[in-house]
Amino acid sequence: MKGFTMTSFPSDLPRRKLLAGLSAAGLALAVPGPALALTTEEARALIDRLVAEINAVINSGKPERAMYADFEQIFARYAYVSGIARTILGPPARTASKAQMKAFTAAFRGYMARKYGKRFREFIGGRIIVQSARPLKSFFEVKTTAVLRGEPPFEVTFMVSDISGRSLFFDMLIEGISLLKAEKTEIGAMLDKRRGKLDLLIEDLRRAG
Amino acid sequence: MILKRPQFRYWRMTALLAVVVALSACARPELAGEIYDPNEAQNRQMHEINKKLDRAVVRPVALSYGKSTPEELRIAVGNFASNLSLPSTVLNDILQFQLGDAIHNTARFVLNTTVGLGGLLDPATDAGLPPRDTDFGETLYVWGFGEGAYVELPLLGPSTTRDAVGKIVDMAINPLNRYVPAPQKYFLPVASVLSRLGDRYRFGTTVDSILYESADSYAQSRLLYLENRRFQLGVEVKAQDDIYEGLYDDILSE
Repeated sequence: MKGFTMTSFPSDLPRRKLLAGLSAAGLALAVPGPALALTTEEARALIDRLVAEINAVINSGKPERAMYADFEQIFARYAYVSGIARTILGPPARTASKAQMKAFTAAFRGYMARKYGKRFREFIGGRIIVQSARPLKSFFEVKTTAVLRGEPPFEVTFMVSDISGRSLFFDMLIEGISLLKAEKTEIGAMLDKRRGKLDLLIEDLRRAG
Repeated sequence: MILKRPQFRYWRMTALLAVVVALSACARPELAGEIYDPNEAQNRQMHEINKKLDRAVVRPVALSYGKSTPEELRIAVGNFASNLSLPSTVLNDILQFQLGDAIHNTARFVLNTTVGLGGLLDPATDAGLPPRDTDFGETLYVWGFGEGAYVELPLLGPSTTRDAVGKIVDMAINPLNRYVPAPQKYFLPVASVLSRLGDRYRFGTTVDSILYESADSYAQSRLLYLENRRFQLGVEVKAQDDIYEGLYDDILSE
């Protein structure tokens, strides 16, 4: 752990790195031998907090537009947005410039918030309950049940990892349908339609969703 | 010899033949998580036809059905259709050796048909007997048949060889068709068409977003169907990990 003292951190260093460093240090002391930095309990706790925030929004009685803004905030805080954006873009992400990736990630975040914010309309008045968490390879799977009005309950699964330095979810599966895969297919098709021109895709993504 | 029975009509034999031919295509082992779509060109044509049908007929009819009827009525029609499909579900439960589910669904059928006023209401769910759906496509899966190829069916949309065969067999073996007299047995197709229209109305914006807002509605609906179906069947999805590994590679190369 290089330079791990509170005072040596420049003020502009992201707080998440500090927190990640702190929790990793804590774990290193508590758990002897090789161990994942993130535990099943922590993955579950993350989704507990996420679900509590979603439940608060869908039962807040706010106008829908305000809810969409809240969802974007939640997505930005709990999802590994830059990793999701890279994965969804696929190979073109490797050849893209830093500026292009930055612009793509920002456009993608807005697109996701608009597209799935609309979907969350169906969640209004419902609730999500965390059921179980278990490790899978190098990440964690947290299963939840969505209970919506007038519908049989259905399964929503979150995939959680701390590879970014902070524990975040990087995929959400609704009844087996992976958001990451669905958007990889969609963004891939959008890029094909624009003959692989990333700048055109970014431009259109700012309005899509 | 069953084929000599006079009531064994020509279409049944054709259907049987189709089933046998199609099932031989399912002998291909399951490739977990992958998409096998050798007839993509034809499927895409069918997809375009289905979209035109949806835009011209299904969607407008569903909209007017949805807007002209109260939600309670649409739910009752949905319940009625779902209740009439239960004898077929129980039959498949038995074929899958799921006797617990067979008893569960029989109890649902009895309760909803009597207390639930012929299936218009669903008191069984409130009594702790929620729906446990299955079909002959799942029976084939349980029996070890592979998924086969992805196929887009006329009007019905996304399916696989295995599920398309399942649909044909489900229609052929439905106990309702066999033991219910003529006027009543048409309740099921009518109710299920109305129920599908009700669903098209209820999930209208979601369906619209896939069919009309996606950059490639064919690829999108294919993916959604296969992932959801495999989830329902409980197929272990291994290829899921590939895309996740990609996530890790990307971060490490950052």
